[in-house]
Amino acid sequence: MSETSPQDILDALAPRLARIPALDADALEAEHVAVLGRKHGQLTGLLKALSSLPPAERRTVGAAANALRGAFEAAIAERRSTLARSEAQARAGEVDLTMPGRRRWVGASHPVTRVVDEIVGIFHRLGFVRAVGPEAETDWYNFGALNFPADHPAMDMHDTLYLDVGERRGQRGERRRGRASFVEEDAERRRTSNDRRRAPQSAVLLRTHTSPVQIRTLLAHRPPIRVIIPGTVYRKDPFDPSHAPVFSQIELLAVDQGISFVDLKGTLLHFAHELFSERTRVRFRPSYFPFTEPSAEMDVSCLLCGGVGCSACKGTGWMEILGCGMVHPSVLRECGVDPETYTGFAVGMGPHRIAMLRYGIPDIRLLFDGDMRFLAHCAGGGR
Amino acid sequence: MNVSRRWLEDFLRRPVPLDELVERLALLGAPVDAVEPLHAGLAELRVAVVEEVRAHPNADRLSICRVDDGSGTPRHVVCGAPNVAAGGKYPFAPVGATLPGGLVLEKRKIRGEVSEGMLCSARELGLGEDHEGILALATEAPAGTPLLEVLTIDDDRLEVDVSPNRPDLLGHKGLARELAAGYRVPFRLPVIPDVATSGSGVATPERLGESGSVGGVRVAIEDAWGCPRFLAAVIRGVTIGSSPTWLRRRLEAVGVRPINNVVDATNYVMLELNQPMHAYDIARLRGPAVVARAARLGETLTTLDGVERTLTGEMLAIADAEGVIGVAGVMGGETTEVGPETVDVFLECAFFDPPSIRRTRRTLGLVTEASYRFERGVDRWGGADALRRAVTIILATAGGRLEDGPIDLWPRPSSPPRIFLRPSRVAQVLGVDLDWRSLETYLVAIGATVVSKPEDGRIAVDVPGWRPDLVEEIDLVEEIARLHGYDAFPSELRPYRPGSLPDAPSEIAETHVRDGLSSQGLFEAQTLPMGPPSPGAVPLKNPLSAEEAHLRTALLPGLLRRVEANWAAGTRDVRLFEIGTVFLLAEAGAPPLEERRVAGVITGARDPAHWTASAKVQDVDRWDLRGLFDAAIALAIPGAAVQVEESGWVARAEEGSRTVGWARSLTADGPPWAAPLFGFELVIDPSARGVPAFQPLPATPAAERDLALVLPAEVTALAVAGAIREAGGETLEALEVVDEYRGLGGPDGRRSVAFRLRFRAEGRTLRDAEVEASVQRVLRSLQSRLGVERRSAEGAGT
Repeated sequence: MSETSPQDILDALAPRLARIPALDADALEAEHVAVLGRKHGQLTGLLKALSSLPPAERRTVGAAANALRGAFEAAIAERRSTLARSEAQARAGEVDLTMPGRRRWVGASHPVTRVVDEIVGIFHRLGFVRAVGPEAETDWYNFGALNFPADHPAMDMHDTLYLDVGERRGQRGERRRGRASFVEEDAERRRTSNDRRRAPQSAVLLRTHTSPVQIRTLLAHRPPIRVIIPGTVYRKDPFDPSHAPVFSQIELLAVDQGISFVDLKGTLLHFAHELFSERTRVRFRPSYFPFTEPSAEMDVSCLLCGGVGCSACKGTGWMEILGCGMVHPSVLRECGVDPETYTGFAVGMGPHRIAMLRYGIPDIRLLFDGDMRFLAHCAGGGR
Repeated sequence: MNVSRRWLEDFLRRPVPLDELVERLALLGAPVDAVEPLHAGLAELRVAVVEEVRAHPNADRLSICRVDDGSGTPRHVVCGAPNVAAGGKYPFAPVGATLPGGLVLEKRKIRGEVSEGMLCSARELGLGEDHEGILALATEAPAGTPLLEVLTIDDDRLEVDVSPNRPDLLGHKGLARELAAGYRVPFRLPVIPDVATSGSGVATPERLGESGSVGGVRVAIEDAWGCPRFLAAVIRGVTIGSSPTWLRRRLEAVGVRPINNVVDATNYVMLELNQPMHAYDIARLRGPAVVARAARLGETLTTLDGVERTLTGEMLAIADAEGVIGVAGVMGGETTEVGPETVDVFLECAFFDPPSIRRTRRTLGLVTEASYRFERGVDRWGGADALRRAVTIILATAGGRLEDGPIDLWPRPSSPPRIFLRPSRVAQVLGVDLDWRSLETYLVAIGATVVSKPEDGRIAVDVPGWRPDLVEEIDLVEEIARLHGYDAFPSELRPYRPGSLPDAPSEIAETHVRDGLSSQGLFEAQTLPMGPPSPGAVPLKNPLSAEEAHLRTALLPGLLRRVEANWAAGTRDVRLFEIGTVFLLAEAGAPPLEERRVAGVITGARDPAHWTASAKVQDVDRWDLRGLFDAAIALAIPGAAVQVEESGWVARAEEGSRTVGWARSLTADGPPWAAPLFGFELVIDPSARGVPAFQPLPATPAAERDLALVLPAEVTALAVAGAIREAGGETLEALEVVDEYRGLGGPDGRRSVAFRLRFRAEGRTLRDAEVEASVQRVLRSLQSRLGVERRSAEGAGT
């Protein structure tokens, strides 16, 4: 402290003067002692030490210190009288303004909905519009039109819940623009496979992904198409901390002339920067989805450790966030879109998982419990 | 798929650090889910030189060795092995080291002599069953060298997530090929110890049609659809025993239990080349014959796992002259298994139709290493090499001799497909121009044969047989992208052409409903859309549980269960809503009808407790529900009319013809302290909402009159309001109920209801007399039509 120059002390005291009108009674008295106290007050001490300074400095510092002392005395006196007045008012029984105010119930949308809204917003700004489709689908929409080969292990990636809707009379599956449906393709295989199997009924199922809406969109509209498809999907997965039989998915589909893998990467990098932060890094890994090719998974640098490796990212520094790829030509062809003229990309991601990462939710079941305490907490307020 | 890091290194002839391997596999599309270090527990062991061996003074079978472990201090070790010799090098576990069994070595006395560590046998190191003596090391390495530098037995077992389109990666060779392409180095099959040639010494199998004979065994394909190709070899005079260490170690490294030298050899080839094989004991084959044919309905077989299985006509069987001896591509039968007594072996190496194997294993509920590979597709053209390699290993490890050359039944031979790749298409899809040379390099790296045809603007690509996923041009585009490296492509956010599609109106409507109910103080919940049966509910064919076997037909039951859960957690004030889909059975065979709905529940305090109310806030009642219902209707299905029904309300749309919602008090299983519970459910109108038309704000003053009316028991407020509106004339602008009083006395059920009427005329100020005339007209009409009188005790509401 001995090296502190008198000017430093004055500079440090000036901002404290400005804070005096906000102090409560106790803090005010403490500040009085600290600055103007007879024995240890900083300003008092400075004034006492003036005599030891060289004459020139003594004059300038002395003048400033005396002015500051006057200002402090005035401010403290003013604050004391203000405090005394309000205390007297309260004592007189008028109103105790320290009593708590009246609240209203506040509600909020579900944490997953808020994540969905945020993601939709990011893509909305790039001109993607929202599209929807039914949750119960035929296997043609859910698998066949999406280039899933019948009787192929790719189907094992989708544990499907099937619906018992009875047998359709007469009709044999659906026909789309004269193209073979999933059912008819099966029938074709049956004929060529020594009639081993009975003709399958067009199965009705709970969609395992939002991708059937790609098909519905491509059948209904001409490119340029840019849609974002939020929706509920189903898997035959029992509840555990990271799985649920029902969850949300967000699908993107962009189809136009000249859309390439570079656009896919650019769009998703932009998305990662918007949703997480400008510092987020992404990496694309080859993957497999029957309805895109090339297919990729996008990892983002771990949201918790920033990429150095932690338990949340299993030490890899990366977190898998979405699957994507260039729309498979078979899908476009199936929907009557010429794959030589038009190309496109599709993306699928799970907002439940993103919500869990974002809010630090350890168990997906909490998102289905409807617990008021949890919902209020996620909304950022007490109840 | 379990993968051994050392096995891959043997292919690449170079060390591959674990971290690098994991990273490279991920970027090639085969991410590693888990890594298990093997024999890492031997890290503390050292090579030690035994300098002197002398007899233990107090034990016949023990000796005392002076050991140089590289530390500079000679160690004295009591050893029980008969084969310890001065000058020999052995694995040494110093004091403090932990052996694989968990034993921590201490300095201790054995029969009175101090022992400072342990010279170890193969079994003590977890390297095999050999316990006859300590493991002699043939090495130039000096004493003190870490054991794992001498015995490269430490390994890492990688659990690789192989996507279903890449069966080739289910063999180490396939993964090695990918890594070699990444490193831009060649790769070769690992050398089989004690064999000069790696299979090339075995003759090329003889190509035949549907049937043939090898080593006295008749072989035939009777179902060429299910089994397009069947290769076979006969080895006679084998000695069944345990496999040599190198082979057992390979299998153990990937978690496969060694069985005997013949079975181990077939498993080795499967794990290396992705070609499952099966070995039969010829002595047990009736005929002897091996036939691939369709199973007959009801045929039974006891498979290797000891389970008796009944086959169906859809399955492909392997049969001998009298009956089924195996489920083709899934599992062999018990009776023809190769065992300790086996002398002559029949080797099967086939290609089975993948969908057929898939259906069979699903029907049987039996997934095996073989069925997993066959249903994904093995290399239809690679069987001959796999068979020759298996024969080579068996001859080296089990002895015997190959009888006749192997045979190759292939009734309809084919070549791997040829695909044409246009570099212009690569540029169109990937957005980057890659030169022809790079394209060719990448394709060659995956094993394709390429011929460039610049004059056609395309490259002819003969795809390798182990890649059944490569069938059209786009498949090659993906390979180009993968080998170029996804991260090597730029990430550019280029402008899009403007689109012309609108947002789905239903999404906009639901956002509107969600925001509106949130601002009413309700939290959005999401519940499981499956539950117990209800009328018209769609059943699931394969539900997760009996309680969740039907799709919901209403949202409220699910929300009710959430209220009960909140009560169980001690929460009394519950305000929840949900927006979701309900499902109703449609015509037979068709997907169910879906309807998007919103439901809400409220119970507990109307407002948060506040000291001004002495901590007693009223609980919500039916009028809170009615208000919430009206608000929800305005949000979800504007224009729907509310009607009274039983003890609640229903909302009707389309002139009352369609019920679109209801609101009522609900009963639920609540604790004694729970407050009354109310709920509503409404259909959400998916169409776009109209915009209200502008109405000029009134420029003239209004006149208000309160009318306290006495209503007979059967007259409703709604009826009175209707009559007032009718009689009020066009200057009656608005009408509301402001009070109800039931303590009137007189006939039962009479009550007083006060209405407030507001009159206004456009463009002029109403005179008192005009207003009074309107009021009198209203009162006369009420009196005559409904028997409603003005309440006499009070003055006119002027």
